[in-house]
Amino acid sequence: MTGSEMSHTTAHAHPEGAHDAHHEQGWFLKYFWSTDHKIIGLQYMLTGMLMALVGAFMAYVFRMQLAFPGQSVPGFGVVTPGQYNMLVTNHGSIMIFWVAMPVLIAGFGNYLIPLMIGADDMVFPRLNRLSYQLFFLSVLVLATSLAVQNGGFGGAWTAYPPLSANKAYNLTPLGSSLWLVAVALEFVAFLLGGINFIVTSMNSRAPGMKAFDVPILVWTIVIASVMFMASVGPLIAGAVMLLFDQTLGTSFFNPTRGGDPILWQHLFWFFGHPEVYVVLLPAMGIVAEVMTVFARKKLFAYKTVIYTIIGTAMLSFFVWAHHQFVAGIDPRMANIFTVTTVLISIPIAEMCFVYIATLYGGSITLSTPMLWALGFMAEFLVGGVTGIYLGASGTDIFFHDTYFVIAHFHYTFFPIAIIATMSGVTFWFPKMFGRTMNEFWGKVHFWGTIIPFNGIFIPLFVLGAAGEHRRIFDYHNFPHLDTPGLGMLRMIATLSLVVMLAFQFVFIVNFLVSMFRGPRAPRNPWRSNTLEWTADSPPPHGNWPVLPDCHRGPYEYSVPGREQDFWPQDEKA
Amino acid sequence: MLEHFNSAASSFAGDIDQLTWVITFLVGFWFIAAEVMFFWLIWRFRARDGVKGQYVTGKEKHLKRWINIPHGIVLVFDVVLVVAAVRVWVLVKQTLPPADRTVRIMSQQWAWTFTDPGPDGQLDTADDIRTTDELHMEVNKTYHFTLESRDVVHSFFVPAFRLKQDAMPGRTYTGWVRPTRTGTYDIECTQICGVGHGVMGARLYVETAAQHAAWMKEHASENAVAAADAAK
Repeated sequence: MTGSEMSHTTAHAHPEGAHDAHHEQGWFLKYFWSTDHKIIGLQYMLTGMLMALVGAFMAYVFRMQLAFPGQSVPGFGVVTPGQYNMLVTNHGSIMIFWVAMPVLIAGFGNYLIPLMIGADDMVFPRLNRLSYQLFFLSVLVLATSLAVQNGGFGGAWTAYPPLSANKAYNLTPLGSSLWLVAVALEFVAFLLGGINFIVTSMNSRAPGMKAFDVPILVWTIVIASVMFMASVGPLIAGAVMLLFDQTLGTSFFNPTRGGDPILWQHLFWFFGHPEVYVVLLPAMGIVAEVMTVFARKKLFAYKTVIYTIIGTAMLSFFVWAHHQFVAGIDPRMANIFTVTTVLISIPIAEMCFVYIATLYGGSITLSTPMLWALGFMAEFLVGGVTGIYLGASGTDIFFHDTYFVIAHFHYTFFPIAIIATMSGVTFWFPKMFGRTMNEFWGKVHFWGTIIPFNGIFIPLFVLGAAGEHRRIFDYHNFPHLDTPGLGMLRMIATLSLVVMLAFQFVFIVNFLVSMFRGPRAPRNPWRSNTLEWTADSPPPHGNWPVLPDCHRGPYEYSVPGREQDFWPQDEKA
Repeated sequence: MLEHFNSAASSFAGDIDQLTWVITFLVGFWFIAAEVMFFWLIWRFRARDGVKGQYVTGKEKHLKRWINIPHGIVLVFDVVLVVAAVRVWVLVKQTLPPADRTVRIMSQQWAWTFTDPGPDGQLDTADDIRTTDELHMEVNKTYHFTLESRDVVHSFFVPAFRLKQDAMPGRTYTGWVRPTRTGTYDIECTQICGVGHGVMGARLYVETAAQHAAWMKEHASENAVAAADAAK
């Protein structure tokens, strides 16, 4: 049986079984026990966005401590060094594992993959439900880890042993184990989700949808899922070993009894670096969808984009030790990893060039989703080029573990986890809730986020160049860093953060009001080509009464000789 | 750039500063070129009444070269970058010039202990000078340092030297540095090491030969007193 035939049979076999039964369900079963990919996607997305508020609050507290050391932080109180470590650790863990991952991959992936490929649901709906339930459990375990005696884990999101392994060193016996369990559970949840994304995209595509007719976003999520599966194994093994070191007295990472702490660093970063691209790729996918729609342009060199995605994905498995240049690994190894790291610039630069070229010859409308997508490109470029200072071994000797690193990766992660997410949320909002978001307040939110964002992180580049090191709760102990000039930069960063957080309330209000009171959205408000726009807004369980066929690629905009400047994938020639 | 914020106090500080500039020029060129192109395209192709978008697949030769030629140049820049970075790396981390003196650096939660070999220049002899959170070095002498940790991972960072190295428990790392400018500088622990991470600083005193000799003399008498005490 060929792929398309199979998708047809599975798709049409479905309604007889699961779906009809679901229509009569109550509120709880519908929203908390659902196997509908859209509900699960929204569950992931909303949980992720709520966790973003928690992570943002943590950033607010420790940034206030840095700007006004020792003073009571409104809404929190005086920050102790132990609390400071707990806050930076959990801010990082939350923003990566409980915000970027669930929103970008699980949220958009669950919601959009079946809709974009013309399927009625994921191939394994119950596995999907289990995935979210495990994820939710991981949230609860993480929350517990913050509340237990001696406080939450404070050994950084990288959890280097022996600090993380030995309670005599970290002083948080319960917090560090629960943190580790939470991370491990989260990984299991994403493995289950990833299996679904890959299998569904392989098997359930609409009849006629060939591999190169699949929207870039689906490609990026599938490749990200493959990367996640390939990289997370060593880390899960490492996490179990670390948990045993913490609780059973084993010595995998204990140098006094024959273990090696550097082993953990390898296991962690072998996952940790591909992880960056695991979240980057879906973000690039969202940006591709939004840019093509609002530039009314075919994606420039579709196949090249896919090859660069695959190239980036493969190369990212060979760069991990650039996090460990000065960790005490054999210094000769640094040269190899410098070469592989700098090589990543080849596919990534190509990808950025292609995205920029997509604008050429377009008819560009600066709607809110488009502003976010363009903002992503403009800001991500900063993150891209500043990474070179860190990937080049010679300069990393200085920059490693300074605020320059923090500024660099926030210029990648913030565009990924916030800017691209906002682009996606504002773009698919009409599909998700059947209503339209307010454009004016959307733009206020955009400018109110993007300007202070730069106000936060440009000073951090300067602080890093001045030698300011990471995860320090108070710089009074370092005379060269305790100067009025640098103190002023810390204050500018903190005040920018406060302004940026204040503008997030504009989004929250716009989001909630539009969800219930916004003007009704038509089926295809952006005049887009991809299949999700042919379903009702919001799509019912099962998505379409009759599943769509696919007749062309996803980016046929402004085709000469056609009256309309778009050409939906399901429209017969 | 780094030199604007930090004194350059080691023989290789200038190399790292120079490499920072090289990278700034290489990536700065691309950054500015890409951003200018990007914003120009947004402006040039803004939606106007009656003007439709063009149908461009990206396979057109005359358009593709706008991607391919820059891409080739990126590759050339990459080669320059790698060569420049590796040269500095090899100088700082992969070579070990003959030492005039060797100091021992021990890190632990949350203090630095430095052992200077004392007047005889040999470690593990009675005249060794042990100091806490205070490292004294003589200018224009090549030092070897051994770096160890008693408990968790720490990292020895002297911004003025442009030198950073993690201290890994269970391993002894040997490196080198040649101070070139007298003065007092910060030593930072840059690897999170527990609740005291924020107080794990130390001071570095790079001294002239005369100052250093005076410091050593002062400690030599302390050592003599201690030795006499021990003998009693």
